[in-house]
Amino acid sequence: MTDDALPLHAQRTEGVQRLSPTQLIVGAAVLLAIAAIASLSLGPTGITLSSLPRAIASALGFPADSAAAREQLVLIDIRLPRTLLAIFVGASLAIAGAMMQGLFRNPLADPGLIGVSSGAALAAVATIALANGIAAPILAPFGVYALPVAAFLGGAVTTGVLVAVAGRHGQLMVGTLLLAGIAVGALAASLTGLIAFASDDRELRDLTLWMMGSLGGSNWPKVLAVLPFAILVVIITPRLIRGLNGFLLGEAEAFHLGIDVERTKRAVVVATAASVGAAVAVAGVIGFAGIVVPHVVRLLAGPDHRVVLPGSALLGAVLMLVADIVARMIVRPAELPIGIVMAAIGAPVFLHLVLRRGIGGME
Amino acid sequence: MTDIRALRLAMICAALLTGAALLSVARAEQMITDASGRQVKVADTSRILSIGGDVTEILYALKADDKIIAVDSTSQFPDEALKTKANVGYLRALSSEGVLSTNPSLIIAGKDAGPPPVVAVLKASSIPYIEVPDTQTPEGVAAKIRFIASVVGAQAAGDALAKDIENDFALLAEQRSKIGKPKRALFILSVQNGRATIGGSGTSADAMIKLAGGENVAAGAQGYKPLADEAAVELAPDAIVTMQHGRNGPPSAHIATVKSLQGSPALQNHQVIEMNGLYLLGFGPRCARAARELMIALYPELAQKRASSSE
Repeated sequence: MTDDALPLHAQRTEGVQRLSPTQLIVGAAVLLAIAAIASLSLGPTGITLSSLPRAIASALGFPADSAAAREQLVLIDIRLPRTLLAIFVGASLAIAGAMMQGLFRNPLADPGLIGVSSGAALAAVATIALANGIAAPILAPFGVYALPVAAFLGGAVTTGVLVAVAGRHGQLMVGTLLLAGIAVGALAASLTGLIAFASDDRELRDLTLWMMGSLGGSNWPKVLAVLPFAILVVIITPRLIRGLNGFLLGEAEAFHLGIDVERTKRAVVVATAASVGAAVAVAGVIGFAGIVVPHVVRLLAGPDHRVVLPGSALLGAVLMLVADIVARMIVRPAELPIGIVMAAIGAPVFLHLVLRRGIGGME
Repeated sequence: MTDIRALRLAMICAALLTGAALLSVARAEQMITDASGRQVKVADTSRILSIGGDVTEILYALKADDKIIAVDSTSQFPDEALKTKANVGYLRALSSEGVLSTNPSLIIAGKDAGPPPVVAVLKASSIPYIEVPDTQTPEGVAAKIRFIASVVGAQAAGDALAKDIENDFALLAEQRSKIGKPKRALFILSVQNGRATIGGSGTSADAMIKLAGGENVAAGAQGYKPLADEAAVELAPDAIVTMQHGRNGPPSAHIATVKSLQGSPALQNHQVIEMNGLYLLGFGPRCARAARELMIALYPELAQKRASSSE
């Protein structure tokens, strides 16, 4: 930890023992390792990590019997990409939530606020509904990836529109951004509703299921598709820590501390659009993680973004992995939409924390 | 070390012997061209995963149910399907590893199976995955039965069943020709909060109403759509067809919560027909019988003529 920490809000900790930043990060990293191993080891087929050497040998093209081929399919082609995507989606949503809350200085901000999620959802819904109709020739070259590509573009376009609207005079007005985001979100939601209205029975069921979110159907091409966004987020976010800590005091104060306020705002919006757009594209709409995980980190270790950003990423990934394990195990051989599990697991834990400690460092 | 080596040798021999034994009893492989145009090699039909209520119902009708190891949640008929077989969940939300965990030797699925990435994984696995053709017409039902029969090697049973159904449909067409003025029917999928969702054209409900010799008053709408109040007054159906729900009381009570339909001839004359959803809309082996039942409900005067295979 460096010594350039900025003065931060006083906390109402009410005598609760806080974790040190190091404790939180190390603890979250250990939890993530455990959750990732569990995610690779648990599944309805009962194949465990002990089969990994044979699965790898089979994947590398060594002659394999049918059992090894099956182990390769389950471990290497189904569970491994699914685990990686769960980590990416969980970390992306949580870190985007933390950045949004910091940017708007509002504890209720989440990635959905600036229209990223609704734009991505609109594009995805349009893809589902029009896939057999007018859009078929356009979508054909993308095959099964039409949906993620469309969702990402939808998120990126709405964010671009917002930045253009809210940043007319060379300054990104946070208030304008928030209101424009709400307007764009409402517009996207109304178009989504219109498409749903015009859909047939089968498309409607697809839409409903997609809106609940799922990591089913994870595969290597999707992992490769989100990789650049994951790299982008890893590069951008550490550079935003000082700016976001400055924002805790207010925009003017941050400016007087010598922080490039405009650049920080733009970078936050770009990082959010990239991470959330990609996350929505691969897993559909998953609520809760973005808004709750950053608060959990603040409750446990305070509002310093040096802890909040990496801590949110790690705990977001843990929450997503645990929710996904439950989603695929509890009704096996069927599967639950992960959004349902996420809220069922996360909400009670969060409520308990809030009741014990008051709201986390944002009042 | 030598005893380990001997053990290993013994195990290899045993494996070879079982393999040879299995090969000798296995049925001859056959190549099937499925509805998606893929060439699929089918060798072992002893552990079938059946996805789709109509597919399961056909397999049961062909007496191939002992080969089914798992079904999807839409396989509501016969009752024992969901009671005695593993359930892989809703057919449009399958889990790739969940499906593999049932260890099927063959997957037979309706074209509704999804989501696409999961189906892609299953098609890429070593398990043969067969997509069933499905057109919601009398010919389509017969073709679907013959196709599934050819996959599981029950051609004779499939032919017999398909012929029965073709005869039933022929009889139904003959009955239809006797109907002078078609009854104007409305299909109601569900009622939520006093708002009805109705079956427009292109739905299986629409096809069934036509097969039963009725006229779908909602044919102007495409697919299943919410019913606008004023339009409902305008439609004034003679009969209302709806699905059974686990409710008490007469079906009309449920329909009567839609204010705009209260004055319709259907409710005034108690012409609310309630039928099981899969039976009425599934386009499975009981499709002709369901259409016949709906016809008799719409036109009680035709009840004297008996369809050939109805028990």
